Amino acid sequence: MSTVVLLTLTGLGLAALYFLIASGLSLVFGLAGVLNFAHGLFLSVGAYAGWFVATHWALGPAIPVGVAAGAATGALVELVVIRPLYRRPTEQVLATVGLSLAGVALLQSIWGADPRSYPRPAWTAHTTGVLGAQVPDDRFLLIGAAVLVLAALLAFLRWTRYGLIIRAGVENRAMVSALGIDVRAAFTLVFTLGGALAGAAGVLGGMYFGSVSPGQGAGLLIFAFIVVVIGGLGSVTGCAVAAVAVGLLQQFVNYYGTSGAGDVSVVALLAVVLLLRPGGVAGKVTA
Amino acid sequence: MKALIPLVLAVALPWSTLDIPFLFDGPLNSPGTLQLLGVCLVFGGLALGYDLLFGHAGLLSFGHALFIALGAYGVGILVNHFYWPLWTAVLLAVAGAAIAAFLLGAVALRVTGIALAMVTLAFAQVGWIVVNRDPGGLTGGEEGLPLGPAAVPGFLVGVANTVNLYWLALAFLVVVVAIVHGIRRAPLGRVLTGLRDDERRIAVLGLSPYRIKLATFVLAGALAALGGVVYVLLTGGATPYLASTDLTLSLIVMAVLGGAGTRWGALLGGIVYAYLDQRLTHVGGSLPGPLGQPLFVLGTLFVLAVAFVPGGLAGLRRRTLSATAS
Repeated sequence: MSTVVLLTLTGLGLAALYFLIASGLSLVFGLAGVLNFAHGLFLSVGAYAGWFVATHWALGPAIPVGVAAGAATGALVELVVIRPLYRRPTEQVLATVGLSLAGVALLQSIWGADPRSYPRPAWTAHTTGVLGAQVPDDRFLLIGAAVLVLAALLAFLRWTRYGLIIRAGVENRAMVSALGIDVRAAFTLVFTLGGALAGAAGVLGGMYFGSVSPGQGAGLLIFAFIVVVIGGLGSVTGCAVAAVAVGLLQQFVNYYGTSGAGDVSVVALLAVVLLLRPGGVAGKVTA
Repeated sequence: MKALIPLVLAVALPWSTLDIPFLFDGPLNSPGTLQLLGVCLVFGGLALGYDLLFGHAGLLSFGHALFIALGAYGVGILVNHFYWPLWTAVLLAVAGAAIAAFLLGAVALRVTGIALAMVTLAFAQVGWIVVNRDPGGLTGGEEGLPLGPAAVPGFLVGVANTVNLYWLALAFLVVVVAIVHGIRRAPLGRVLTGLRDDERRIAVLGLSPYRIKLATFVLAGALAALGGVVYVLLTGGATPYLASTDLTLSLIVMAVLGGAGTRWGALLGGIVYAYLDQRLTHVGGSLPGPLGQPLFVLGTLFVLAVAFVPGGLAGLRRRTLSATAS
């Protein structure tokens, strides 16, 4: 029983991380139609910015700085690279591929290819007893952050004017433009938002794994892609459901099966979902 | 026929003792230079093979590395662990990769566009995971799988025989060029272009887009596996890089830099990319900061090319030609 509880909470922690990455990715794809390979770069930039602040100054501001760095990278990429390529979707994907290659190499040239150990708040090293299982507290940090983000994101999409524009844009971009609303401003917004979430995921992921390396973002990105596709492109709740499914499946199969089987089973889940419901779990709706 | 001139030059190159400073470290026929050129030729072939999917048929596959790795590791495993003779192992590895391409393609090609990219990416990721986990000590994990020299015929072993490996790489490139250009000229080539531009019209004409795409996918997979085999012979072993998404991304970069869907674009892009990648790694230490990272230079070049030079090198040439003509 205690093993199951521990595995569940660890799986949920992983799911929280996937959700933070995938939700931004999903919104960017749903609205702007860009498959953003540079999203892993946003994560790595956020992680390194947080790491820099935490090691040179204090741990407290690491998260806001990481979020801000991720958001700034996202906004910059949209304005400088994506926007001029509007109406050329394949080129946009290719440009983000190039950015992810160049960005990781840039980080590597500054901080080296080897993982750096990531500082973490002292309390995350403790464990809490849940139903007889000793669960490390960093899981709760991740789960709490993800739940908070999910609630905030849903509230933003439902009750603000920009949320409305994003939801409408995912549904029918041409119609929103026809109504005289500048959809491109919303593109910058979702990129900034996605960058901020990825930055948060970078800092929290660094604390969770205990280290950060330039390629970390790209490694997580593949699973985030899988979560996005399973959840249905552009859907935040679908994303959350898919993240939980993927995180739990991966943890449980990795524990009870041979090592690596969890990752493979996630891919199998993707194949099954795509064959049965090509639109993903949620189809194409936001929120 | 114009294509024959570079071919003759490439075949004759190992007899030249020409020393080109800065571009190469030694004379053209030194083993180091021949090895570098051989790798360039292999990547030219791999990029052209990938372009059959990406540029010609419009299938954005992110899983091409899987088939390269299947060829590379297939041969390595059969030769090292099961003591098969090299050429039988090559045949079986390429056939195995083709069968794998058939099975995976049958699933993946049910979806199109971005979803196809995702599914192929996910399949390739499984390959990457398996290679790195080193199941049963077969793949050597992160260390890679060096090819046992005992199993390789004598004329392909040793520094003095680098020239034979160079010709082998050239032969692979010629095979890929013959197949891809043959398809371009055949009615199938036009059908592929049709699929890329408007799949429904091909279906309306009474052809089955799914079957044609699957056949192309299998062919491209087999060519990739063959390239993987040649790469292993050339570099002496398989490494996990061959199974990585980074390799597929590089192939995309090569095809786009050169000009996707054009006759020579991807080939040229592959050769130039592989050359820059190796040379920049070599001279990288002497360059300041991020310029020392080949991927930084290549990635930035790629973004710039995507933004400002649509059509890649091939497009650039066409535009220069039309500019001088007018």
